[in-house]
Amino acid sequence: MSVSHDHAHGHRHDDGHRHPFQPDIEDRPFEYYQVMAEAVGELLIDKGVLSAAELRRAIEDLDSRNPALGARVVARAWVDPAFKARLLDDVNAAAGELGIDAGSIPIRAVENTARLHHVICCTLCSCYPRLLLGVPPDWYKSRAYRSRVVREPRAVLAEFGTHLPADVEVRVHDSTADLRYIVLPMRPTGSEALAEAQLAALVTRDCMIGTALPRLPDAPRQE
Amino acid sequence: MPDAFAIGQRVRVRVAWPPGHVRTPHYLRGRRGLVESIAGRFANPEELAYGRDGLPKRALYRVRFRQQELWPDYAGAAADTAVVDIYEHWLEAEDS
Amino acid sequence: MRRHHDMGGEPAGPVDRADHEHAPWEKRVDALLRLLADRKRRIMTVDELRRGIEALGPGAYDEMSYYQRWMASIGENLLEKGVITVDELGRKMAEVEARWRAAGWSGSGRPPGGVDA
Repeated sequence: MSVSHDHAHGHRHDDGHRHPFQPDIEDRPFEYYQVMAEAVGELLIDKGVLSAAELRRAIEDLDSRNPALGARVVARAWVDPAFKARLLDDVNAAAGELGIDAGSIPIRAVENTARLHHVICCTLCSCYPRLLLGVPPDWYKSRAYRSRVVREPRAVLAEFGTHLPADVEVRVHDSTADLRYIVLPMRPTGSEALAEAQLAALVTRDCMIGTALPRLPDAPRQE
Repeated sequence: MPDAFAIGQRVRVRVAWPPGHVRTPHYLRGRRGLVESIAGRFANPEELAYGRDGLPKRALYRVRFRQQELWPDYAGAAADTAVVDIYEHWLEAEDS
Repeated sequence: MRRHHDMGGEPAGPVDRADHEHAPWEKRVDALLRLLADRKRRIMTVDELRRGIEALGPGAYDEMSYYQRWMASIGENLLEKGVITVDELGRKMAEVEARWRAAGWSGSGRPPGGVDA
């Protein structure tokens, strides 16, 4: 193997290498494109196009991206109006202030208000602010979501349990080009006493896509 | 090169059906919208897709459409909108 | 006139919100594209990736999984550009398949759907 994968399980090959699959994954038979992925990676390493270390780091970087990064940005915007202004101006730079490298593809934040609700999609493929939210959920890439959310956004939002009054404008953003979008949801009423980290916990991935709204956890019982 | 369209200007998405890699969704062809903002200038994806440099860069507009104009049977509110990023060469000026 | 991937507004059923954990090979495909497209290499663009996916056509586009589509397109692009050759990819894939089988993993290195890919 060109790339080492550390896991508890792993048969030894004749040549002493471990094979790269994990116990839960190897229950499934391998298939053509999986073989191609392995082979192409090995060829590119053999040719010096990329190194095994670069490939490993890229996978680790991919693993490190998740909605918690976006949630930190949103929570900071809720507690710091000046940061929020900078976020609405330049998401990549604002995320950088929090130590988050959001990459070079420009990300725009669209702000929900009492009269305007944003929802993000990509009807042509799967454009998504991956460096800030991680890989998109399967449904975001699905035929159903891509087909329907631009035409019947309220019906799709309702399937997610998000019901918006008729006097709230629903604005769908179809990410077709060189920009990515993140929704800046409204801070829930009743969250005034929460600290920034507690606020971040309210901000789910779907809140930042626009299919859900942040909700307060059940109020703690009085002792 | 100055941008061809200004913020607030009414525009129409060109009707054309070329083969190849196109980033203007089919449902917008011929539809009228309003330039909401100008996102900057970017290499042309129609050229990048074939291994070329995509230069000169094209202005990219965020164009807002009324949902009821896009879908005659639109079931949501009259105020609902869609905002889509469209490259300059897919837009033309819409009179009044 | 509408191309298959350009599906905004088409009729479709309810959104299935079930998600799956990405397998290691899917992450590998994602990482390969990121590296091939990065500023150090600039071997292929995301636009070329998309063009290759769109060229799969309606049948394959729907039958293949997301990262299968990515891998098919990455492979085609690398062959077109001469970064790898058909012969070396074929040999390497056979080698990988044999190695995995020897390790006790079952599966198939044949293109899905039978005679052609």
